Amino acid sequence: MLDHILSILIFFPAIAGVFGFMIQKESVRSYGVAVATVEFVLSLWLWFAFDANVSGMQFMEQLPLVPAFGINYILGVDGISLFIIILAAFFTMIGIASLTETKDVKNMIISLLFLQMTMVGVFAALDAIVFYIFWELSLVPMLYIIGAWGGPLRIYASVKFFLYTFAGSLVMLVGMLFMAYFYYQATGVWSFAILEWYRLILPENFQLWLFAAFFVGFAIKVPMFPFHTWLPYAHGQAPTIGSVILAAILLKMGTYAFIRFSLPMFPDASAFFMFPIAILAIIMIIYTAMVAYAQEDIKQVVAYSSVSHMGIIILGTFALNVEGISGSIFLMIAHGVVSGALFLLVGVIYDRRHTKMMNQFGGLASVMPRYATIFGLMLMASVGMPLTINFVGEFLSLLGFYQQSHVLTILAGTAIIVGAIYMLAAYKKMFFGTVTIEENRNLPDVNKRELLALIPLSIITVWLGVYPNPVLAPINKSVESIVQLMHDKSITEEAKSRIPNLIQGIEITRTSKEEAN
Amino acid sequence: MLAPVNVSLESLNLMTLAPMLIPIIGALVILVIDMLKGGLDKSLYVVLSLLFLIMDFFTIVDASSIFMKDGTLMGVFDVMLIDGLAILSQFIIVGASILFIPLALSHKRFHEFSYPEFFALFLFMIGGFQFMVATDNLILVFVGLETSSLALYTLIAMHNRDKSFEAAVKYFTMGALAAGFYSFGAMVFYALTGSVEISKIAAVLAANAYADLAYVLIGVVFMLAAFAFKLSLVPFHTWAPDVYEGSSAAMAGYMSIVPKIAAFVVAMRLFEFLIHSGVVWLEIVLYIFVIVTMTAANIWALVQTDVKRMLAYSSVSHAGFVMAAILIGTTQSNSALFLYWILFSFTNLGSFSMLWISRQKHLPAYQSSDHSYDKFAGMIKTAPIAATIMGLFMLSLAGIPPFALFWGKLYLISSAVTSGYTVLALIMALNSAIAGYYYVKLIVYMFMKEPIVGNNGHMYVANATKPLRTIIGIAAIGTIFAFLAINPLLEFVTSFVYNSGY
Repeated sequence: MLDHILSILIFFPAIAGVFGFMIQKESVRSYGVAVATVEFVLSLWLWFAFDANVSGMQFMEQLPLVPAFGINYILGVDGISLFIIILAAFFTMIGIASLTETKDVKNMIISLLFLQMTMVGVFAALDAIVFYIFWELSLVPMLYIIGAWGGPLRIYASVKFFLYTFAGSLVMLVGMLFMAYFYYQATGVWSFAILEWYRLILPENFQLWLFAAFFVGFAIKVPMFPFHTWLPYAHGQAPTIGSVILAAILLKMGTYAFIRFSLPMFPDASAFFMFPIAILAIIMIIYTAMVAYAQEDIKQVVAYSSVSHMGIIILGTFALNVEGISGSIFLMIAHGVVSGALFLLVGVIYDRRHTKMMNQFGGLASVMPRYATIFGLMLMASVGMPLTINFVGEFLSLLGFYQQSHVLTILAGTAIIVGAIYMLAAYKKMFFGTVTIEENRNLPDVNKRELLALIPLSIITVWLGVYPNPVLAPINKSVESIVQLMHDKSITEEAKSRIPNLIQGIEITRTSKEEAN
Repeated sequence: MLAPVNVSLESLNLMTLAPMLIPIIGALVILVIDMLKGGLDKSLYVVLSLLFLIMDFFTIVDASSIFMKDGTLMGVFDVMLIDGLAILSQFIIVGASILFIPLALSHKRFHEFSYPEFFALFLFMIGGFQFMVATDNLILVFVGLETSSLALYTLIAMHNRDKSFEAAVKYFTMGALAAGFYSFGAMVFYALTGSVEISKIAAVLAANAYADLAYVLIGVVFMLAAFAFKLSLVPFHTWAPDVYEGSSAAMAGYMSIVPKIAAFVVAMRLFEFLIHSGVVWLEIVLYIFVIVTMTAANIWALVQTDVKRMLAYSSVSHAGFVMAAILIGTTQSNSALFLYWILFSFTNLGSFSMLWISRQKHLPAYQSSDHSYDKFAGMIKTAPIAATIMGLFMLSLAGIPPFALFWGKLYLISSAVTSGYTVLALIMALNSAIAGYYYVKLIVYMFMKEPIVGNNGHMYVANATKPLRTIIGIAAIGTIFAFLAINPLLEFVTSFVYNSGY
């Protein structure tokens, strides 16, 4: 069974979703929880069976799909994708479990199960077209979730989300077709297999164009600074579950794709674009942090802070060294946990008061102490307090980039302080002071169902903050092999010096870094 | 078989006529039956037509196995040309017709299907299309074109609504003009080369190294205009939305597929050699046609309020998209054209059939036209299965993987990439993104809006019967599971196109 565990992980929720149509309306939530739990257990089993000492792909599967055109159904996981898959399974589970009373709950749960298929598929796919299939398909359930259960502007928000991402990924598709064509020219065989593309060394000129084509698709998904405008709308209008999944998993597709595609395939272009992208990332960090400070709506604060932290992930990725990339992958997971939890927390208060405006609250700490505690913990994690999960990722990302540029890293570091300011300000407005609005006096504290979702997230936040090694070690292992691949593949002097050579040891890396500076 | 006189008959290779003669004989049989005993039910004629079409399909299967063994086959004084293109396009023509004809068995009674002449004309039309694609003789192309077009005009008019007459007359006038252009273009080529066969025209023009380029260009201009009418390329597309609106939804779906593939094949035969012989001017004009057609039609489609008109403009845009294959003119792109069109027939026939089963006899007050967007509001609540299937067809038309049309788009854009048309590839990709909006718009109406009061969901399936549901089921399965069929399809199409020398 382990030979096909990835296929099972991908298609089990989809098949369960199809059968879900037969389930009676009142029982469908339990069905959804059961399916998602089985899926989560399977993903844990994957982790258990995963060999942390191997840096390459594991549990590979291969089936011909369109062999005449080089498209094969290839799956595999390494340390980079493993934990995001587990995270996706985990969030679908607690997302369904914490679902409050909604209309058409059956359609919602079936959509979530389909969404889960596409999420796992994206992270397990090792063929560019299969990757693209899941990548595009993930838009459809999300379009429906935002558009059918969202706020007043939901249709505008969902269509904007769809079109933005769709347009970007079509440009990426053209890039993929070019890549396959170059591979065909070099070898005489059509292939969309990512691992085979890794072996192709392209001239720098080609790399730059292809990097740009892929960048459009990925950057819109992340979303990076000039392309980020769809996200606040999507978050603002989406139902709680939509925001949770969007922030925790869907955005990670973009950053994951940078590491899976852009870096190893175009190392010279990555080095060439390192500073432009780093500057975009820093604008993204600082600008969205300031925008977040100006928000009145707590969900928008969380949404903008989530964009801001995505900037640090990008920064870490484009540090192009092991610390930075490992840190950014760890931060993807951390950000998933923390921002997912924050959106859940916002959902909790929204269910009680049906407003997200911060001026409608105040003094909640005395009314809802448990809620305030968990919110406080997640908030501390979000601003990157040591011993919480985000700190590890942020620290490593910044440490990685510090080796490339001191100034930019310090700028990014100050942005984290801004992050602390707006987060604490929001916390103060909502939780401290006296209760001014009468309705808030009798709000019930978090109930069992909500705790079911929030307590595991709190435990993970502290556990991986104190002892990140079980997750960080496999990530590190896989990242090392990618960085080495990039170093070996790169052809320009600039890239050779930016991307460290791990085989010759750390000493030489340090000298080459100094030369670069 | 033994008599010497038969030798000349054998050299005529009359078997090449078999696929065209079967629907014509079928049409005559229907007319004879009607003459002998009138007043028979439409189901009889539907089934008879279906039988003849299935027979026709199997003769084409036969022809394809001969082609695989012996290569291109000529017959009837070398007028008939059974090559890979002819066989592939006949597969599409007859296959789409087989899927279309059961749609006549609708729940509501419609005027046109009560006439046996409808089915006779329909079969004559198919015969015409088959002649059109299975020859490189410009005169026979013309005969086929006119046979099929005249039959088609009548079929549209038989829908018997004010708009249908308008549509038929409009189509007829435009078609007559196109026929004039066509014959004028053919005349110019004949005057230049002394032949009406495309291969000979190509040979003669190549032999004198395109000395009379100005005359060639005049001929090309006329031909281009004629085919632009048939393929509804912008700016010759103006008839398309009105004609689609006036004819029944099933007929409109049919028109968006079958006449166009026939025209594509002739255009491929004619323009391919001109592009490859370095007539740069033609390449530029075609490039402009392709880009303008897909972009402008997409933008018009954005603002439509009626789903059928939206689909009409989207068909225009798809035609422009596929026209790019003829512009690129490699084996890969020509195979992509057929692949695209096969997948497109499934999806488009499916989506027009969905409109067809929701066809009401009388419009309720809140509906401005037969298939306005409002009509589909909140469909997921009242008719969830129908809404899901319709959504599926829309996603496929938008090119969302892994549904059928994505693979066609993938291969076609890839053929642009391989031949160095980078900008074209990008424009094609971005046009798919624009098109995404209007397909998603229908999904938004169906899935995210509240249903209109008093709508119990019956109207979406008011016209449905078992045969209609079967056709939609076939189209839906073809759309979802296309990814399993792409590889054999691609290999089949590529070998046929390659072995015909395109």
